[in-house]
Amino acid sequence: MEWETVIGLEVHAQLKTRSKIFSGAPTAYGAAPNTQANVVDAAFPGVLPVLNGEAVRMAARFGLAVGATVHRRSVFARKNYFYPDLPKGYQISQYEHPIVERGRLVIATAAGEKVVGITRAHLEEDAGKSLHEDLGGFTGIDLNRAGTPLLEIVSEPDMRSAAEAVAYLKTLHTLVRYLDICDGNMQEGSFRCDANVSVRPLGETRLGTRAEIKNINSFRFVERAIDYEVRRQIALLSSGGQVRQETRLYDSVRDETRSMRSKEEANDYRYFPDPDLPTLVLTEDLLAEVKAAMPELPDAKRRRFCDQYGLSAYDAGVLTASRELARYYEDAVQAAGAEPKLVANWVTGELAARLNEDGLDIGGARVTAQALAGLVRRVADGTVSGKAAKDVFEAMWAGEGDADAVIAARGLRQISDDSAIEEVVRQVIAANPKQLAQYRAGEEKVFTFFVGQTMKASRGKANPAKVNEILRRLLAP
Amino acid sequence: MTPTITKIAEDLAAGRCSSRELVDDALARIAAQAPLNAFVTVDPEAARRDADAADRARRAGAGGVLAGVPIAHKDIFCTAGVKTTCGSRMLADFVPPYDATVVGKMKAAGCVMVGKTNMDEFAMGSSNETSYFGPVRNPWDRDRVPGGSSGGSAAAVAARLVPAATGTDTGGSIRQPAALCGITGLKPSYGRVSRYGLIAFASSLDQAGPMAQTAEDCAHLLSAMAGFDERDATSLDVPVPDYAAGLGKDLKGLRIGVVKEHFAEGVEPGVLDALREALREYERLGARLVDVSLPNSAHAVPCYYVLAPAEASSNLARYDGVRYGFRAPDYQDLEDMYKKTRSQGFGPEVKRRIMIGTYALSAGYYDAYYVKALKLRRLIADDFARAFTQCDVLAGPASPSTAFALGAKNTDPVSMYLNDIFTIPVNLAGLPALSLPAGFAGGLPVGLQLIGRYLDEARLLNVAHRFQQATDWHARVPAGL
Repeated sequence: MEWETVIGLEVHAQLKTRSKIFSGAPTAYGAAPNTQANVVDAAFPGVLPVLNGEAVRMAARFGLAVGATVHRRSVFARKNYFYPDLPKGYQISQYEHPIVERGRLVIATAAGEKVVGITRAHLEEDAGKSLHEDLGGFTGIDLNRAGTPLLEIVSEPDMRSAAEAVAYLKTLHTLVRYLDICDGNMQEGSFRCDANVSVRPLGETRLGTRAEIKNINSFRFVERAIDYEVRRQIALLSSGGQVRQETRLYDSVRDETRSMRSKEEANDYRYFPDPDLPTLVLTEDLLAEVKAAMPELPDAKRRRFCDQYGLSAYDAGVLTASRELARYYEDAVQAAGAEPKLVANWVTGELAARLNEDGLDIGGARVTAQALAGLVRRVADGTVSGKAAKDVFEAMWAGEGDADAVIAARGLRQISDDSAIEEVVRQVIAANPKQLAQYRAGEEKVFTFFVGQTMKASRGKANPAKVNEILRRLLAP
Repeated sequence: MTPTITKIAEDLAAGRCSSRELVDDALARIAAQAPLNAFVTVDPEAARRDADAADRARRAGAGGVLAGVPIAHKDIFCTAGVKTTCGSRMLADFVPPYDATVVGKMKAAGCVMVGKTNMDEFAMGSSNETSYFGPVRNPWDRDRVPGGSSGGSAAAVAARLVPAATGTDTGGSIRQPAALCGITGLKPSYGRVSRYGLIAFASSLDQAGPMAQTAEDCAHLLSAMAGFDERDATSLDVPVPDYAAGLGKDLKGLRIGVVKEHFAEGVEPGVLDALREALREYERLGARLVDVSLPNSAHAVPCYYVLAPAEASSNLARYDGVRYGFRAPDYQDLEDMYKKTRSQGFGPEVKRRIMIGTYALSAGYYDAYYVKALKLRRLIADDFARAFTQCDVLAGPASPSTAFALGAKNTDPVSMYLNDIFTIPVNLAGLPALSLPAGFAGGLPVGLQLIGRYLDEARLLNVAHRFQQATDWHARVPAGL
C-alpha cells in the first residue's frame, strides 16, 4: 500500500524582548541560576502579572507578516498543571482567543512553491528549568527562563514529507529573524519545534491518528525524527496494528522516538481566562505603528534581488537567507558600483565558504562589504585574474589590508598588455619546438600545454583570455 | 478608649498627644485583649520606631491626617520583613520581601502599623473559624464569631484596639464582619484599590478596603489606599477624590432603593426591625425610599461558589512546597511531596474550595459550571444596572443575622455560605458597598449595607456619614473592655 505522510508543526519562538512577558526581570540567556527572576517570576504570594507591550507588538508584527488576522481583542488564559519549574502552578497562555489566526507561509519544495496554512499564533510565557546535575541527587530549579515571552506558532497539517516540514521551519526561522522578533538560536532553545505526525493510505481524506513528537532542537533532527516516526507508524499499520494518540520524545542519540504519555494520561489543563489580565485590546494606532515599522520580508526581498540585480532565484534565495547577509550583499553592490552578479558570486562563493570554515555568521566576516567590493572592482577591471583574486581574498581575510594593498604587495597585478603577453608567448614557443611541431601536425591537446607554460612563465599574472587569443594567433602555421 | 481618626488627627495636630503615646496605648490594649485572638503578629518594636519617626516628622511640619495614626493590616497583605500568614499553616512562617501596594501607600500616608490581624484561612470563611491560628472572638459576646474573613480587623476596631484596620472583601469579607462587630467597613469598586501584594483568593472578586469606626474615617483611609498601580493590570487609572472633603452633603432628594429580596424570609426579625428603623431615619434626613428588585440575586451564592473556588483552585496552586512556605517533612518523591504538603498545609475549608473549583474547571464540566456562572454573573450585574436607573444607592442587610455562636455553623458549609447572600452579588457586579452600624438586635450589632454605583464611593460614604451624624450606633462600644 502507498502511504501519505501528514505533518503539522508547533513552533515556540522566544521573543526578543528585553524584559519578561509579565515581569520586569531581564531575559538574557546564560546568567547564573535564579539571578534573572524576581518575585513575580517566582510566583510569590500576592504578586501580579503585567503584560509587556513589546511582546504584543512583536506578535502583531508576525501576524501581519504572514497575512493573518491580528485580533483587536484577545484573551489570556491559565493552563493549570503542577511542575516544579512552573512556579504559579499554571502557565499564562492564550487559548480560545489567540492574538493571531489564519495566516499563511509560502515555502519552496522540490515540486515548487507551496502554501502552508498557519492556524494560529499566540503569546505565552516560558517555564523555568529543572537542573539535575551537580546537585548531589537533588533537583534544582532555575527560574531565569520562567516568564520569557514565547510566540507559539501552530501550522495546519499541510506538510506531506519531512523535507517539507524542514522547508517550512527554515522559512519560518528566516522570517522571525527578519522581523527581529526572535534570535532563532536553536541550541539555546529560542526556536523550538514539536511535530504532529500521522500517516494515511494515499487517497484517504480523513486524517490518521497522530503522534506529537516533542523536543526537536535542530533542523536535522526534525527531519530524522519525522522520518523515524513515519516508518514506525507505517510498520505498525502495515502489520495490522494501530497508532496510539500520544506524546513522544525524540532521542537524537539513539535516533528514535519514545512514548512519553498517552492521551489518557494527558493532563486536564483546566484552561480558564486569567482574571489578573484584562482582555488584550489592540488599538488601530498600535497596528498602524507596527505596520509602518515592518521590514521588507524575505519573499519580497528575494523577488527584488532577482529583478533589480538580475540574480538567479537560487542566488537570490541564498543571499536573502538572513537580513544581515542581504544587507552585506547590497552594501557590497553599492560600494562596487556595478557587477551585482559578480558580487553575488563572491558572497555566495568565497565568502560563504570562509565563514562556514571558520564557523562564523555574516556578522563575523573579516572582510567588510566595502573591502569585498574593492576586490570585485579589481576583478572586473582586469587588474587581477579570478584565480589570483582568491589569493587576494585570503590575504584580506588574514588582515593583510585591502585589495589594492595586497595586489601591490604580492605583485599579483594581471598582465593584460598585449605586447607584454606576446613577448612571453614567443619565448615559450621558441623554447618548445617539439611541441610546436606536434600542434601544427594537428595535436590540438598540446594547446593546453602552451597555455600552462605561458601562465607559468608569467607567474600566473597573464590575463588568461588574452593568453588564449595570442597563442592561437602565433601557433597558427 | 480609642477615638476616631478624625479626633486623633485633631489631637496630634494640636499637640495634645503623640503618635508614640497612641501606639503604646494600642499595644497595651492589644496585649490586654489577647484572648480576642484578633492579631496573628504584633510588632511593638517596629511600631514604636515608626511612631517616633512620625512624631519627628510632625514636629518638622510634615504629615497629613493619617500621619502617626496606628493601624493594623489584615494578615493577607504582604508586609516587607514582617510575617504574612494569610491565616494558613502553609504560610505560617512566610516573610515577604516586599510590601503590598496598600501597605506601602498607608506607610507613605504616615500610618503606623502595629500588627497583622487574624483571618479565615486564605480569606475563605465567614466566621474566622477557619484560621490556622484559631478563631477570633466577637468583642460584643466572646462566645460568638466576629464574622469573616476579616474578623481580626473587625474585632480589633470594635474592641477599640486600633482606630482602623485594612480588610479584603471577596464575597463580603469586609462588610459581614463589620456588621457583626458594629463597625463601618467599605468594599470599594473592583479596580479602585490595587491588589498587588494582596494574597489572592479569587482575583476577579478580591478588593481591599478600610474598616474603622466611622464613614468619615473610612473616607480618609480610602483616599490613602486607592489609586492606579502599574503593578496591577486590573487597577483603574482614574483620579482619586478627597473622599473626606466630599462629606456633609445634604441627603434631600436622595433615592434609596430598598431591595425587595433583601427584606424577606431568612433574615432575622430583629435585624429587619433595626434596618426598617434605619430607613425611617434616612427618610427623616430627606431621602426617599424606592422599591427595587434584584431578581437574579437569588442565584448569586451558587454562582459565586463556582467562580470563586475556580479562581482559588488556580491561585493556590503556587503553594506547592517548592520555593517558600510549608513543605511536608517526609515524602517519597515529587508527587508525594505535593500531596503531603498541600494536604497538611491547607485546612479543610480551603481544600474543599480547591476541590470544588478544580471540578468546576475540569474537562466536560467547564461549560456546565464555569461558563454558566459567568453568564449568571452578567445577569446579576444587569440587575444592579437596572435598579440604579431608579435610585442612587441601594439599602439592605449586610448579613441575614447578627453574630452567631462559635461552632454553630462550621460543620454545615452551605448554611455558612448563606451568610454572605446579600454581600456576594455586589462582588459579582464589582460595585462599591459598605456596612455601617444601624442598631442592635438582642444586644448584638446590626449592619446596614449600602450599595453604590460603580466608582460612586464618594456618595456612599456621604450617605453613611450623614446617618452617623444623626445617630450614635457607631459610637457604642462593647462592655468589658
